[in-house]
Amino acid sequence: MSRVRADEEEYWHSSKFRAFTFDDEDDELSQLKESKRAVNSLRDIVDDDDDDLERVSWSGEPVGSISWSIKETASGSTSSLDGRDSSLQKGSSSYAALPKQASSYSLSSLFKGDGRESGFLCTTHLCLSLSALTDTGVKNFAPELRRPKAEYKDYSSDWSPKDTVRRMQRGKVCSLERFRSLQDKLVLLDEAVAGHDGNVITAVLIFLKRTLRREILFRELEVRQVALCHLIHFLRETGEQKFLLDLLRFLDRTEEVALSQYREHLNIQDVEKRREFLKGCIGLPFSAEDTSHIQDHYTLLERQIIIEANDRHLEMAGQSELFRKYPRKASILNMPLVTTLFYSCFYHYTEAEGMFSSPTNLKKTFKIPDKQYVLTALAARAKLRAWGDVDALLTTKNWLGYTKKKAPIGFHRVVEILQRNNAPVQVLQEYVRLVEDVETRLNLATKYKCHDVVIETYRDLKDRVQLTAYKCKVERGSAEEEKINGILSNTVRN
Amino acid sequence: QEHEVEKMFTLKPGRLPPADVKNIIFFVRPKLELMDIITDNVLREDRGRSPQRDFHILFVPRRSLLCEQWLKEQGVLGSFIHREQYSLDLIPFDGDLLSMESESAFKECYLESDQTSLYHAAKGLMTLQALYGTIPQIFGKGDCARHVANMMIRMKREFPGSQNSIFPVFDTLLLLDRNVDLLTPLATQLTYEGLIDEIYGIQNTYVKLPPEKFAPKKQGEGGGKDLPTEPKKLQLNSAEELYAEIRDKNFNAVGSVLSKKAKIISAAFEERHHAKTVGEIKQFVSQLPHMQAARSSLANHTSIAELIKDITTSEDFFDNLTVEQEFMSGIDTDKVNNYIEDCIAQKHPLIKILRLVCLQSVCNSGLKQKVLDHYKREILQTYGYEHILTLNNLEKAGLLKPQTGGRNNYPTIRKTLRLWMDDVNEQNPNDISYVYSGYAPLSVRLAQLLARPGWRSIEEVLKMLPGPHFEERQQLPTGLQKKRQQGENRVTLVFFLGGVTYAEIAALRFLSQMEDGGTEYIIATTKLINGTTWIKSLMEKLEPAPF
Repeated sequence: MSRVRADEEEYWHSSKFRAFTFDDEDDELSQLKESKRAVNSLRDIVDDDDDDLERVSWSGEPVGSISWSIKETASGSTSSLDGRDSSLQKGSSSYAALPKQASSYSLSSLFKGDGRESGFLCTTHLCLSLSALTDTGVKNFAPELRRPKAEYKDYSSDWSPKDTVRRMQRGKVCSLERFRSLQDKLVLLDEAVAGHDGNVITAVLIFLKRTLRREILFRELEVRQVALCHLIHFLRETGEQKFLLDLLRFLDRTEEVALSQYREHLNIQDVEKRREFLKGCIGLPFSAEDTSHIQDHYTLLERQIIIEANDRHLEMAGQSELFRKYPRKASILNMPLVTTLFYSCFYHYTEAEGMFSSPTNLKKTFKIPDKQYVLTALAARAKLRAWGDVDALLTTKNWLGYTKKKAPIGFHRVVEILQRNNAPVQVLQEYVRLVEDVETRLNLATKYKCHDVVIETYRDLKDRVQLTAYKCKVERGSAEEEKINGILSNTVRN
Repeated sequence: QEHEVEKMFTLKPGRLPPADVKNIIFFVRPKLELMDIITDNVLREDRGRSPQRDFHILFVPRRSLLCEQWLKEQGVLGSFIHREQYSLDLIPFDGDLLSMESESAFKECYLESDQTSLYHAAKGLMTLQALYGTIPQIFGKGDCARHVANMMIRMKREFPGSQNSIFPVFDTLLLLDRNVDLLTPLATQLTYEGLIDEIYGIQNTYVKLPPEKFAPKKQGEGGGKDLPTEPKKLQLNSAEELYAEIRDKNFNAVGSVLSKKAKIISAAFEERHHAKTVGEIKQFVSQLPHMQAARSSLANHTSIAELIKDITTSEDFFDNLTVEQEFMSGIDTDKVNNYIEDCIAQKHPLIKILRLVCLQSVCNSGLKQKVLDHYKREILQTYGYEHILTLNNLEKAGLLKPQTGGRNNYPTIRKTLRLWMDDVNEQNPNDISYVYSGYAPLSVRLAQLLARPGWRSIEEVLKMLPGPHFEERQQLPTGLQKKRQQGENRVTLVFFLGGVTYAEIAALRFLSQMEDGGTEYIIATTKLINGTTWIKSLMEKLEPAPF
C-alpha cells in the first residue's frame, strides 16, 4: 500500500484544485485527477490488445502533451452506433458502423485555443464519432454543425458474438445488424449476459427489441431472467409503459403490472384525469392489502376534488368568517389522508356526518383509528383555540350518562399538543391533572407552571420537603402560596 | 485552468451560462435524468450566436448506449462532436478507502437485478490488481460477491497476458454483499465521522455546516452582527491530523480529546514567553504555521462537536437511539412499537420512520403480518398513498417483509456473532461494538472472524445469511509468493458491494490498529452510505421531473 499512501499524501497536501469557482465539481475533479494518475501508471491489464485506448495522459502533464495524445488518437479508429440506429433505413450494409481514419478535423486547435474543460479531458481515447454520423442524422439534429471531411472505409466485420460483446464492453461500437437469424441473436444475447455488463446487455436488447417480434422476444426472455430484468429496467427508465405492461402481462406478473400501472398516476397533473386514472386502477390485480389502499386513494382524491371546489368558492365569496380569518395556505388536492382530516377538522368540524367534508364522515369512510382521529382533531381544534371542542373531544359518556375524560393517546400527549398551541394555564392544568403517571405529571406541571397540580400532587404524596421547596417558586402572596401554607399547617395538625 | 479551461459549471437545466468559449464539455454519469438536463441545455443554446459553440460529452465511468439512444430520441445527439468515456472505477477517498461513488448500485443489484455496477466493481478490482499485484485469496459472501468473483476469474482467463509480475500487496480480498448485513446501515452511527454524516451528510469528503458557529469571533466591529448565510464548507480527511485522530472515535470520547488538544496548543503558544535567545525565537516562529493550522483545525472541530452535541443530547435523539438499541438487542421486536407510532402521528420525516420499521423487521427476520399491515396503513394514511411504491421497493430489497415460516433467526445470529455487547467501553474501546455503542456491525464481525479463527467456525450462521459463501485462489508465479516475515501484518481488501457506512470503516480501522490483530484492512465500496441516503436511494421518485 505504500505507493498509494505516498501518492495520496502528496495529493491531499497539495490540493491546488481549490481554485475553481464551482465547488461541487472541483472535489470531484480533484478526485478524478488523482485516480486518473493511478490509471495513468497502469498498463496492459484488461485491455492489453487495445493499449492506446486505455492509456491516458492527464492534467499533471504539460499542455504540450495534448497534441501528443491527439497524434495517438489519430491512429486509433472508431465508429459510432448512430448510423445504424438511424430511422431512415436504407439497407443494412450502409448502416454498418463506419470507422474512419485520421480525421482532418483539427483537434489541436480545439484544445489549444478555446478548450474549456477540454484540457482536463485529454484522454488518448478521443475518438471522433462525429464523422460517423450518417448524413441524415446530422441534418436532422444539428444542421449547422460543422462536419469534418472524413474518409470512410469499409471493413470486414465478421466478429463472433463473443468478440462483438467483448468489443462493446470496451466501449467500442459494433454493428449488430449482421446477426440476422434468431439463433445468432440469441447467442449474442447469451454472450452479453455472460459478460454481466448491463450496458452491453441493454444495447443488445434494444437491438433485439427492434428486430424481433414481440411474442418471440418475450418467449425467449422468459427463459433468460437476467436479460429480462434488464429489459424491464430499460422500459421503466425510458417510460415505454405500454410495452412494459405487455411484457409483464405475458409473464403473468400481475402484481407488478398493477403497480407499474398505478405508478403512472404520478405523471398525471390534471386532478380530474388523475382521479379517472385511479378509478381504473382499482380493478387491477393488486394484493388484497394493497387493493384496499388503492381504493382509498381513489376515494380520497374524489373527496378532495369535491371539498376543494366547494371551499374555493366559499373563500372567494368571503362569506365565511373562518376562511377570512384563516385563509387557506394551499389546496387540499393530493394531500395525504391525515392532512385532509386535519383540514376538515379545521374548517368543517361542525358539519353533519352526511357531508363529504365532515371529519366524522372521513373517519368512517377510511376507518381511521380512534387514536389517529383524536390526535388530529385535537391539533386542529387547539390551533383554533377552541378549548370547548377539545374538552368535548376528550369527554365520553357511558351508558348511565356519567361523563368521563378519556384520551386514547394518553393525556401527556394532549398536554403537549395544547401547550404547543399556547393554551392558557387553566386549560392546560385540567389535562395535566389527568396524566396518570405521577412523575410525568409532576414534570409536566412544573414545566408548564401548573402550580395547583404540583401542589396537589405533593399533597397526595405527603411530600412536605418538596412542597416547602416549591413555595419559593410561586409568587409571594398569591393564592398558591396560601394553598401551600394551608396544606403544610394542615398536615402539622394531623 | 492549467489547460485553458475557462470556466466550469455545475449541470442544471435551462440556458447555459454565457461564456466566450468555443467548446463545452459535459462530464456526466450515464443517467437518463442528466441526459434530460443536457438536452435542455443544448436545445436552449442560441443558434445564432457566433462563434458557434461545440458540445462534447464525456461519460464516467462508461459510455452508455442507453443514454446515447435517449439523446438521439431527443434530437440532440448529433450536436455532440465527441462522445467518450472516462473509465474511472474506483476513486480514492483516503489512504485506506476507495469508492466507486455509484449511489444506485444497491438499488440496481437488488431491486432491478442490473449487475452493471458489479461489472464495474470487477473491472476496478482488475485495475487494482494490475497496480498492486494479483490477490492470491478471494473470500466472499452473498450473490453479488459470487458474481464479482466469477467475473474477475473470467476476465483473468480471457486476458492471460494480464499476468503481471508485481509483488502482491494484498493477501486477501473479501467481497461482501450489502444484503448479507442489512441491519448495520439502518442503525444510527455513533462515531464522530458517522454522526457528521448522519446529521449533515458528507459528500465526497466535504461537509456543509450551518454557519452560525463559525462566525469570526475576533472582529469586534459593527459589521460583526450579520452572520454569514452561506453554509460553511469543510473538507474532511485524514490529512488533517486532528481529524484523523478523532474521526473514528465514539462521539462520547471526542470531547476529552478536544479539550486535551486545546491545552497542548495553548501551552505551545505560551512558550513564546520563554523564548529568550534569537535562536529560540526563530524556532518558535518556524513552528507558527503548523500551530496556527492546528489551532484553526481545533476550532473547527470544537464547533462541529458542539453542533452535534446539541442534537445528540436532544430528547428525540435519545428516544430514537433507545428504540434502535432495543431492537438490536432483541427486545420487543415482534409488536407495534409505540415510539414509531408516535413519530408517525407527529409526522416525523418519512425516512426516519422507514429506517426504524426496517430495522425492526430485520431484527425480527421479518414482521408479523399484522404488525406489518398496521405500519403500512399508518404510513400510507399519514404520508400519502403513493408511498405504496416505496414500501414495495423495500419489500423487494428484503428490508421490510412479513415473517415467513415463523422462525426468527436473528437471535441465533446475534449470539453466535456476538453482535450485541452489553459492556461497551466508548473511551478506550476493546471491541468494534463501540462504533454503535453496543452493536457490533455484522459485516465487520464477518471480516474479523474470517481473519481469526476462520469462517469454518461459523458455518451454521453463514448458512442463515443470504447468498453463498465461497473461497477462491488465484495462482501466483512462484517467484511472487510471499515469504511472510514474523510479525508482519496481512493485508486484506474488504469490498462492500452495495455501500458501506463510516462506522463500519471505523470498526475496520480499529481492527487494523489492534496490536495483536495481525491484519490490516483496506476498504473499497460502491458508495459511502448512511441509513438515510440508503433508504432514499430505494424510494420511488415521486416528484416528476421539473421540466
